[in-house]
This record gives sequence, C-alpha cells and structure tokens, in this order.
Amino acid sequence: MIHPIPPGSRDVLPDEMRELRRLNRALIEVFEARGYGEVATPTIEYDEVLARGGGRDTESAYRFFDENGELLALRSDMTVPIARLAASRFAGTEPPLRLCYLASAYRAVRPQRGQMREFVQAGVELIGAPAPEGTVEVIEVLEAALDAAGLDRAVIGLGDADLYRQLLTEFGIEGEARDSLLGRLAAHDIVGLETELAEVPGISDQQAATCVALSQLRGGSEVLEEARKLGGEAVQRATSQLQATYETLAERGGADRVQIDLGLLRDLGYYSGAILEVYDPALGHVLGGGGRYDGLMKRFGLDLPAAGFALYLERVHVAQMEEESRRGRAS
Amino acid sequence: MSSVAGSRAKADGPLKLAVPRGALFGETLDVLDGAGIDTSALRGDSRSLIFETEGLTLVTMRPSDVPTYVEAGAADVGITGKDVLLENPDRAVYELLDLGFGRCRMVLAGRKGDTRLGEAQRRLGMMRIATKYPRTAERHFESTGRQVEVIEVKGSVELAPLIGLGDGIVDLVATGRTLEENDLEVREEILECTARFVANRVAHKLRAAEVDDLTARLRKASAG
Repeated sequence: MIHPIPPGSRDVLPDEMRELRRLNRALIEVFEARGYGEVATPTIEYDEVLARGGGRDTESAYRFFDENGELLALRSDMTVPIARLAASRFAGTEPPLRLCYLASAYRAVRPQRGQMREFVQAGVELIGAPAPEGTVEVIEVLEAALDAAGLDRAVIGLGDADLYRQLLTEFGIEGEARDSLLGRLAAHDIVGLETELAEVPGISDQQAATCVALSQLRGGSEVLEEARKLGGEAVQRATSQLQATYETLAERGGADRVQIDLGLLRDLGYYSGAILEVYDPALGHVLGGGGRYDGLMKRFGLDLPAAGFALYLERVHVAQMEEESRRGRAS
Repeated sequence: MSSVAGSRAKADGPLKLAVPRGALFGETLDVLDGAGIDTSALRGDSRSLIFETEGLTLVTMRPSDVPTYVEAGAADVGITGKDVLLENPDRAVYELLDLGFGRCRMVLAGRKGDTRLGEAQRRLGMMRIATKYPRTAERHFESTGRQVEVIEVKGSVELAPLIGLGDGIVDLVATGRTLEENDLEVREEILECTARFVANRVAHKLRAAEVDDLTARLRKASAG
C-alpha cells in the first residue's frame, strides 16, 4: 500500500539520515567551538510575532487557528524566532549574544518544481555586534562551516542591502517606481531594468547606466574602485562599508573565498547593510545566505545590531556528494 | 529567496550555452557567429544535441526547455524567447540581454467579421480563449479586468475557434500569415517578444568573467 505525503515534504531513510547526521554534527561542532550555543524554538508561533520580520518572503505560508481562535503560523526561517527569543529571554544579558540552530522551516512551494515545503536550515545569529567586526565574525564562522562540510570550492558573495534603495532615492525615484525597480534588481532582470529606467521621468541616461553597471560589478576588491568611479553618495557609503568588512577579513586571512557583489540583493524584508549568499560550483542553486539585520531586534524591543547566516542543509548535502564524486574522479 | 529546489548541476568545464531549436535557431546561430563562436557543426544535419566549440559547449533544445536547464544550472547560459520566459515566470534565471531578433507579437485574435468575442463577453460575462500561453493570457485579461476561461492546447491553436473550441485565441504572430490563412484577425496586441540571453544565477556569480565576456560579445553582435 502506498500512502501519500504532501508535495514538498519527504521521508528520510537510514542511509541518508546517517550522512545528514554526520553533516549536522560537523556544523554544530563548528558553531559551538566558536561560542555559539544551540537553541530550539517552537515550530509554530503566533502569526503576529513572525509577521514582525516584514517583507513578502518572511510571511508564513501556513497559518491556522488553535482551539482558542488564536492565529498561529509555521516559521519560514529561524532569524525572526531567534530575534523573539533573544528579546524575551536574554534582554538583560551583556551583548554580544551568540546563538546557533539546526531546524526545519516552512515555505510555500510551486507545484512540480521539486521545491520543498519543509527544509532544514543550519545557521548562527550574532546579536549585539556591529559592522564591520560582527559581519566579519559571521563570515568567518560561515567559512569554517563550509570547510567542515568539505566544500572548499564554495564562494561567499558579499553585497549591501541598502545600496539600491538609497541610490534610487538619491536619483529622486520614490514609491511604486522604486519598488518596481528594486524588484527587477532582485530578480536580476537587466532587460526589464533598462526598459523601466528609460521610462522613469526625471532620471538621466547616465544615472540609468550607473544603476545597470553597478548591478553587474562582482569580483575582488577592484570592483569597489570601479563602483566609486560611478560616483554618488549611496555608492560611496556602500563601498566604504564593504571595504571595511573586506579589509578586516583580508587582514585575518579570510577574504580569499569572498566575492564582493554589488548586484546582490536579497528579498527578505529585515536585511540592512551587509548581505551574504553562498554558492558552490557543483550546484546550480544558492546554498544559503544571510547578512546584517540591524533594525530587526528593535521591532522586538531590544535595539541591538545583529547579523547571521543560514545554510540549506539538504543542498549542502547534495553539494557535498557532488564534490566528493568530483574529487573521486580527479584522483 | 525565490526557490528552494534540489536539482543538481555542475559548473565545471567550458561554459554551457543552451541554444533554442525551432523558429529562433537560424538567427541564434547567426548572432553566435557574429560573436565569434563557430556554429558550423550545428548547421549540418547532425542529430547530435551537444556540440563542443572553442571554450564553449553548445547544447540544443526546445526553446521552452531553456529556462528549465538554465535555472537548474545544467546549462550556465542560454538563449530563448521572451514569450517562453513570460510563460515561466517562476523559473529564476537572470535575464541579461535583449538580442532583438525573433521579433513577434503576442495577440488576441478572433475570426474575421465574427462578433463572438464581444458577444461572449457581453452576454455570457466570459470569453473562452484557446492558447499555448495560458499564464500570459490569464495575466493579460486579469490586468485588463476581464474574466476569461483559458483553454490550453498544445498544437495549432488556430484550429480552436474555427471548430468551436473557444471564442478566440491568444498566440504569437510573426508575419500574420497563419492567421490570414485561417481567416483570423488580430483584435488586441498584448506584448512584443524578442530573443533574450539568460544566465543561471550561480554561473553568473562564479563564472563572472566568462559570462560578462560572452554578454558583451553578444551585445555587439546583436546590435550590428
């Protein structure tokens, strides 16, 4: 008899579970060794609490009423629940606060896309450590986690979440037009971006060209120079912050696998300042991401700067297997 | 984070470019030639699907499969029609360049001199539209505040209204000859489509120099 399970969910059988467990343990050991204590939070929370994350993608896809008529929701990531936990349980603690987790999160799926409704994330949150030192620490933990997973070819993209919002404001573009352009940038629809920029009133050809050119700048520290040539206050601010982070990393020997990416834009509502994305050449999909969320803790009444990252555990496992077989072929 | 999928692909070796067979094939090869890519092997009558050229692997496929291969990273970059991208909006690929060729229009068409479209809308409150592009059609009618029943067909969509499946069609028109020959006429222009150059998001990051170089060469070749 075959009994169905919902699309986007799956069973894990012993052979896979053994490998996942090994990977989990390796990651948590890295986090613990750097002073990040593991926490667990409830899978279901009050919808009103999770909604403080703001933004379309943090919104819970699965909501339901409990026996008292309270609106509950399944978490879509761990950053918002941990912000809630930190504000309620560690309000009096001397910052910074270092927490890590290994937990399932839930998102809506599109049918027949092999997407998962339920997936496991492994990550850390560093609360109370400002940029650039806090960002650098988080990147170093991420690098150690990738090493522990055997992904020595993985690359970390480092960008700035506020760059385009500020750049477009500088150009005098506000409201709906700005949101639409930010959407194009997040999707990296360069054709649509160029078309829309040409239609926005009051923006010069040069400003439009700056916006497009910036979105294509990615590489080593030389891209910061190239960006500065394009000029503007927003670019100046973003590049000097990126440079501070990158230089601190370089001094500590951790900049080799970091790619500065001025085209990076994550669509989670709470990010501000530095943002991260993780890639491995063996996989066509992003392995994880993160960044600074200096404004999120305030929404929970604890005004502290913060940063973190999350890796998609199942994808890391796939990349791990691909890298292993590649190394097997090479030797 | 737009998608949480698990499909596998490798980004090692030469850059893989998905080349659309079908209506865009000839002009795609011409633009690739212009960009200094040797396409002579593809121009023969070889049944092969994969062709190695200098520094680039060309993979031929149906245009509608291009976003699927590129999103998964099985192909690093690709060329396909905007109509295909619009029909697959949740395929997360980077759209880098409008190549300008393969220009055609997505239109609403009905039988010549026939009032069925208007009649159906007025008396039944709903038109029945046959199309190969159900999502594009639905978006168009939704954004213009009309309710329609979209009927998806896979083959010659011109057939549908002629024998009573639907009141009209939404389809791509290049010259308009097929419509003409089937006694159909354009009632509304929906949008214009051209060929686009797209990239996998990881390839765009990890193979930045190669992708940028190819984009620049294609931009030059398609502008000329």
